[in-house]
Amino acid sequence: MKDTAKSDVRIGVFVCDCGSNIAGYLEMKELVEYSKTLPNVVFVQENLYTCSEGGINEIKQAIPKHNLNRVVVASCTPRTHEPLFMSACEEAGLNPYLFEMANIRDQCSWVHMRERETGTERAKAQIGMAVAKAARLRELKRIQLNLSHNAVIIGGGVSGMSAAMALGNMGYEVDLVEKEGKLGGLLNDLNMILPSNEPPERLLNDLVARLETNPKVNIHLNSIVSKTEGYVGNYVATISKNGEELKVKCGIIIVALGARVLTPEGLYGYNGKDVITHLELESLLRKGPIQSKNIVMIQCVGSRCAERAYCSRICCMTAVKNALLIKEADPTARITVLYRDMQMYGVELEEMFRKAKQVGVRFVTFDPEKAPVVKDGSVSVYHLRMGKEVSIPCELVVLSTPLIAQEDAPEVSTMLKVPINENGFFLEGHVKLKPLDFATDGVYLCGNARYPSTIREAIGQGLGAASRAAGVLSKDALFTSGIVADINAQTCCGCLGCVAVCPYGAINFFPERGVCQVNKVLCKGCGGCAATCPSSSARLDGFSNEQIYAQIEKALAG
Amino acid sequence: MAEEQFEPTIIGFLCNWCAYAGADLAGVSRLQYPPNMRTIRTLCSATVGPHQILKAFQKGADGVFVGG
Repeated sequence: MKDTAKSDVRIGVFVCDCGSNIAGYLEMKELVEYSKTLPNVVFVQENLYTCSEGGINEIKQAIPKHNLNRVVVASCTPRTHEPLFMSACEEAGLNPYLFEMANIRDQCSWVHMRERETGTERAKAQIGMAVAKAARLRELKRIQLNLSHNAVIIGGGVSGMSAAMALGNMGYEVDLVEKEGKLGGLLNDLNMILPSNEPPERLLNDLVARLETNPKVNIHLNSIVSKTEGYVGNYVATISKNGEELKVKCGIIIVALGARVLTPEGLYGYNGKDVITHLELESLLRKGPIQSKNIVMIQCVGSRCAERAYCSRICCMTAVKNALLIKEADPTARITVLYRDMQMYGVELEEMFRKAKQVGVRFVTFDPEKAPVVKDGSVSVYHLRMGKEVSIPCELVVLSTPLIAQEDAPEVSTMLKVPINENGFFLEGHVKLKPLDFATDGVYLCGNARYPSTIREAIGQGLGAASRAAGVLSKDALFTSGIVADINAQTCCGCLGCVAVCPYGAINFFPERGVCQVNKVLCKGCGGCAATCPSSSARLDGFSNEQIYAQIEKALAG
Repeated sequence: MAEEQFEPTIIGFLCNWCAYAGADLAGVSRLQYPPNMRTIRTLCSATVGPHQILKAFQKGADGVFVGG
């Protein structure tokens, strides 16, 4: 292999003791002496803590003093400390991408605590590899992008409205796009909302009034977002209303599509009259007390089954809420809830469940293998405790059906290039670390589009998504990472192999020139194109073949 | 002469977002493992090309670990 490490490369190596975290388990003197023998290394310094102010200053001073043009720090993990050391280099006038780290703590001293000698050998190899790579690093540039400070929110339900209100109050222009003729989504169809047990109008009217009077919020009813282009900070969303199109620039997009209630056609004799869903029961309750004395509620109808394996989470509390409301209006009503497991989480719901049992709502478990059978005037079920079939007389059967994904969820998923799961719910970037973000920068999610949630959770998520979005909208400019792919137009044969593997749609093919080209703003630096390219024309800056080959050779040279 | 015990050298390509993070977590958790691996951080396991794996074997690696 041609050695392209230039002779004018001057590398400084900083070896960190990390107190006793590294120095307690590895031979530091040996590491320092070994580092001095490595090619192109002109300066080696041992620090008690390289990340301390003193350590950082030593890097900043050594760069001009020893005319360093590459810096290697052998310490902890780049996952936590690379940005700090990179900015130290930058402050000293060195391109931050001329920096490399050797992980000799998390992946060496801490995992080889009883193997001082061989652990030190590994640390030497890791430092040698980092130096070999550093010698081949190139200056990279971050691209500065201007951005739009506006937001587009798809969905005007309670989560979308909460997000719109939060962003509007922060002073960002918001376009709230609702496909129906009014705001509110499912909130419009409910009778009483938990845990305050009040009609939804108060919340709904309050939110709508505040949005309508907020000059920063533009409400688009009977509208959909039909097309989006661009990337974080610079999206263009097309809002379609009755065939008319409006293009708006925006920095971020929030997905708040919501969900809909499954209509249980063909299940338990559903007919919308005396076998109804809880949503239908709520609209009856809105009109006044119901006449039926004997009511059976069946849980998990169309959920937790082969077709829909998930638990819809909110049906148990809805059933208990409605049972309590009926009991309050008519204490002589006989209500039986047939359930598989009760999902009544948190202090308030537990309390509500206890209250329902106190006032005489009966709860009977059933086995899905021996599901209840709805007959004319009764429901028969195999009673697990009694070990026999029982028949419960009733005039009304209420089915708890799950929330299911919106019909347009797959289209929105394709349009924004964000994932949905097998049930059509949107998948967040990380269940714990990025619950309201997508992996795609600048696109966020909240509410039922993500998973069935309570109103309180939907509001919380809407505010949370707005706060995540404000993290981008509040910036004056955005910078891309310098570590992006590049395709050599001289050698690219236009096979489109890279286009097929790029998960971010960051590579364009130019047929007139027969070559592919990377959009460096969209590129996330995964390097899939570089691994696929048969002619090695695609290269990931900062992780090039040449750099990785140098690491491999150094690792195996000793 | 006593026969020296064979100690393999393993090149480990670890994805920054998962396997590399896992290797860091092993350290934070103080899980002990033999020091035979030499880690190369990649930004995605998809970036590890066949050429890189072959290069490792060509240069004498006894094993290649791709974690991603």
